[in-house]
Amino acid sequence: MKFFETLLAIDRRIIFLLVAIAVTLPLFSKAILHIEVSPTVKAVYDAVESLPPGSKVLASFDYDPASAPELQPMALSFFRHCFSKDLKVIIIGLWPQGPVQANIALEDIFRDPEIKAKNLKYGEDYVNLGYMAGNEIVIQSMGSDIHTTFPVDYSGNRTSELPLMKGIKNFDNIDFVYNLSAGYPGTMEWVQFAVDRFHAILGAGNTAVQAPGMYPYVQTGQLVGVLGGMKGGAEYEIIAKRPARAVSYMFSQGVSHAVVVFFVIIGNLAFFATRGKKKESQEVGKK
Amino acid sequence: MRREVPLIITGVVGITLIMSFFIPHTPFNRLEMLFTHWYQIVAAFAIVLGILNLLRVNLDKAYKRQKDWFFGLVVVASFLLIVIPGFLFSGGRSFQEPGTPFFQIYFYVYVPLMSTMFALLAFFVASASYRAFRARNKEATMLLLAAFFVMLGRVPIGYYLSSWLPENYQLAAVADWIMDFPQTAGQRAIMIGIALGIVSNSLRVILGLERAYIGGE
Amino acid sequence: MGVFLFLRKDMSKTRHLFFESKSTFFFLIFVLSLFFLFIPFSARAEETPEIEGETLQETEAPPAPPTDIVAKDTPNDAGNSITITWMKSEDDGAGRNNVMGYEILRSTVVDGEYEFIGNTTVGAQQFMDTDTKDKVEYFYKIKAITQVLSSISLPSRPAMSTQQWFNTDRINTLIAVLTISFAIFYFIRRARGGRKLYVRKIAGLEALNDAVGRATEMGKKVFYVPGIMDMNSMMTIAGITILGKVAQLTAEYETKLEVPTSRSMVMVSCRETVKEAYTNAGRPDAYNDDMIYYLTDDQFGFAAAVDGLFVREKPAAIFLQGHFFAESLILAETGNSINAIQIAGTAAVAQLPFFVAACDYTLIGEEFFAASAYLSEDPKLLGSIKGQDVGKFLFLLAILVGVIFATAGIFDLSKFFVTR
Repeated sequence: MKFFETLLAIDRRIIFLLVAIAVTLPLFSKAILHIEVSPTVKAVYDAVESLPPGSKVLASFDYDPASAPELQPMALSFFRHCFSKDLKVIIIGLWPQGPVQANIALEDIFRDPEIKAKNLKYGEDYVNLGYMAGNEIVIQSMGSDIHTTFPVDYSGNRTSELPLMKGIKNFDNIDFVYNLSAGYPGTMEWVQFAVDRFHAILGAGNTAVQAPGMYPYVQTGQLVGVLGGMKGGAEYEIIAKRPARAVSYMFSQGVSHAVVVFFVIIGNLAFFATRGKKKESQEVGKK
Repeated sequence: MRREVPLIITGVVGITLIMSFFIPHTPFNRLEMLFTHWYQIVAAFAIVLGILNLLRVNLDKAYKRQKDWFFGLVVVASFLLIVIPGFLFSGGRSFQEPGTPFFQIYFYVYVPLMSTMFALLAFFVASASYRAFRARNKEATMLLLAAFFVMLGRVPIGYYLSSWLPENYQLAAVADWIMDFPQTAGQRAIMIGIALGIVSNSLRVILGLERAYIGGE
Repeated sequence: MGVFLFLRKDMSKTRHLFFESKSTFFFLIFVLSLFFLFIPFSARAEETPEIEGETLQETEAPPAPPTDIVAKDTPNDAGNSITITWMKSEDDGAGRNNVMGYEILRSTVVDGEYEFIGNTTVGAQQFMDTDTKDKVEYFYKIKAITQVLSSISLPSRPAMSTQQWFNTDRINTLIAVLTISFAIFYFIRRARGGRKLYVRKIAGLEALNDAVGRATEMGKKVFYVPGIMDMNSMMTIAGITILGKVAQLTAEYETKLEVPTSRSMVMVSCRETVKEAYTNAGRPDAYNDDMIYYLTDDQFGFAAAVDGLFVREKPAAIFLQGHFFAESLILAETGNSINAIQIAGTAAVAQLPFFVAACDYTLIGEEFFAASAYLSEDPKLLGSIKGQDVGKFLFLLAILVGVIFATAGIFDLSKFFVTR
């Protein structure tokens, strides 16, 4: 009985230590576990896959380095998918660090031999228009004119002089919008403005905490699909047949989930064991 | 007048912006963007207020050798360490461009720090779950079971534990069902309640019934 | 129609409607008849294959042109926009399947020179021209393009862009806003009339006094965190409103209060609120500007700083009331680790589970917004909560009716609730 009481009052640092071990050790393993692809992730993949070469894709990077472990793998696999299909990518950010994260992802993806061989040119195959303050007002403004909203790109070049941006005025000229979001402004604002007002086709990647809030939008068709957390990123890598970072992290995530479940189970066992004793002592007290 | 003027401004701006949502005609169509830009300009200048306050409080603490004065110095030093390279040592390029000192600090200091703070959530979730997920009553038991299914269903281990079951009864399928139906229904209900709460609160602010945020009663 | 008019004996009405001279009238009818009878059949023949490229294979042929070009003023906008729709080319996704996209051409004269104004991808059947001048007539043609050839449609009828005074797509929102607002005003009026309104107990708000009392007894501080967003968030305003009540209590009990903020304007607003609360409690001397201070705009920088303050200062009571994001659990768990009593409140749905798990009391969503009214016990504010409940009842009714209709296979009603 004392054992269960000790368990109930366990120092949280022991829990932290065990979680740290559960997260860290599997990272040294190269095991790739079975990952089922969910319909919401498949829908995003299919939407991109159905785009013909030369289609224009707008990618909005609305996250900061804190969420990069979850969202950066999604960015990498998305870029890989787009560039391998010769889609043209326009990058923007509603968060200040977003375009920086996009550049980091681009640097990463350009090391891939398959993508490197394509000899992609800035301004023709992809552009980074940078960050614009204004949150949802930026999306609304893009619905009228993207050039007015982003007069210069991330490096200060005039947007109108970029070959890729010629002929692109607003969402009518964009074939697919992909939003990576960790909070506000994010996917919800893209749905409210880009989809509802300007009928854009939108797919999203969200942190695991945010993703459940997007399911209502997937059910109504406002969102094509959503990638939720690390698992969503792993599913995308699996369906694209290029398992990478997210897939390799899933073993670690699985073990840590199992450890948390284990703690919940023993916590409940201890709770029930001590509850019985408390009831007994209360009844004795009453007598 | 100190309270009346802000209340009048709040009321006029609030009602005008509500109207502009329904009236696309000029000038109403430009009001939302115009007010947002004004707000951004004010907020940008307000940052100066905050920075000055931060520096003053921490330098004061260090000067008077108050409790934890050393942390105050660390704050001021960190602030200067990032601001000075950003403004002065970018070599004519944009300060955010790769290779600038600011970018190096961003990539090698800021990014790991932010990732670390976010990673703390993993530990805190474990300790919070251990404490909170107890089957005290019927509702808590249902919460516990839902958490159990979703936690295992969302990782490959769930597949290995339940692959012998028919597809619709495997942990991943149960987790998906919980996310698609009960979870979404609950989210929608809370969202409707929140939306109504925001409408009611906003009306109180616009009509001047709610004044506490400007120091009123 | 032209033949009918041509043969019609009694032309008086027609003349009255259209023309003065009989001969002019008959001539125009004859021309119109030709137009309606013959031109449509020749439209298909008016495929003007514009040959691009130096050589043309004998097997290559231009695609079928788009048809039924309709240009209309874009509805519910501020003008300067015309929406063009068309039936896509027969070779788009079918037939020769060689259409690669469409180009949109515009002119102010039906038989004048047409300029290129934009393009769309294959399969598209709509384009919005947002570069028009109001009250100017425009004509449009759509060109279907393949790799080397193209074909152009007939011109559309003229269209003019104008501004609208009311967005008819949002009539459903207007009805909802007016209904809920009316309910709120009605109950405020009733409350002003002295009628007592019942509002159920909210545990988190009942515990406010106890939390501040606990801090007073232990001789420790009260920490109040009004979220990490700026004054443009309704949750921040609601959080600052509750701060006023908490500040009044700390003034009365002479407990130390600290309010770390993440935004400068929130800092300024909190200072006004706390100063006023201390003055109302009769303790203006106990107020000090340094009770409310700015830390950083950065989310996790703020969380790290506040965590450090919690661990070093060890407050007895912590209030987390406002707009939070991922840092919510970090703050709440740290507060829990120092055995502080924690009362949280937010409408950020994703963070509610963390607060519920880690805090002693949580104000969920609308409870958080109702807090100011609940705490003040002002009849006017309580009346607004009642009006809110009417709105919720109407939503419930709509959901029930929608479920019944959807079960019966009737989905048209849901179209009324779509908002643009």
